[in-house]
Amino acid sequence: MHIELRDQCFDPWAEITGFRDRMLSPGQYGACAVFVGTMRDYNDGDRVRSMYLEHYPGMTEKQLESLVDASCETNNLMEALVVHRVGSVNPGEDIVLVAVWSAHRKASFDACREIMEALKSTAPFWKKETLDDQSGDRWVHRNTPGS
Amino acid sequence: MTINVRFFASLRERIGVARTEIEADSVNDVRDVWLAVSHQPVDEEMLVALNRNYASLDHTVTDGDEVAFFPPVTGG
Repeated sequence: MHIELRDQCFDPWAEITGFRDRMLSPGQYGACAVFVGTMRDYNDGDRVRSMYLEHYPGMTEKQLESLVDASCETNNLMEALVVHRVGSVNPGEDIVLVAVWSAHRKASFDACREIMEALKSTAPFWKKETLDDQSGDRWVHRNTPGS
Repeated sequence: MTINVRFFASLRERIGVARTEIEADSVNDVRDVWLAVSHQPVDEEMLVALNRNYASLDHTVTDGDEVAFFPPVTGG
């Protein structure tokens, strides 16, 4: 299991293959499920120029570790990788990566969604958007439902 | 008793500080800490952490605790 916060752009696909090659052996796993969340240039009917992701250092990592650990246990995962941006983010940049590995597809599908939904509802991150129309900054008040 | 208090995101902006400290022997739980530092009624949507774990307003606080108040989270 690996959790990481990044203040720079990252390539999720390179992260996945790099992590897999380091942590898993060929033939060991039979499934991998991946979720990548990317910043849009629009939200709630407005054009968004950029975003700032605030977090609670110490608690954010702790909460992510706890929820990934619980999902690994429940779904009998072989490995899990979570990378999340903090700080300034621009449209088109990836914000979050969740990748999980298991013997069969059900565990990977279930765990990937479970981790992502738990992250969305409990990990202490807050988004502040800067709009294109010079009207200033605004906090995103809540996440959209995942199902 | 010293309690370290932190605020995040829109709540930090509303209160006007990121962190503060209170010295009070009359504080028993997280709700008392909120009232002592904010002088505002409890916000129904507000989330609370005690020593970096989610907690409720009824959680008892002790000397040296870190209490954080923040709005609903919006990561991912």
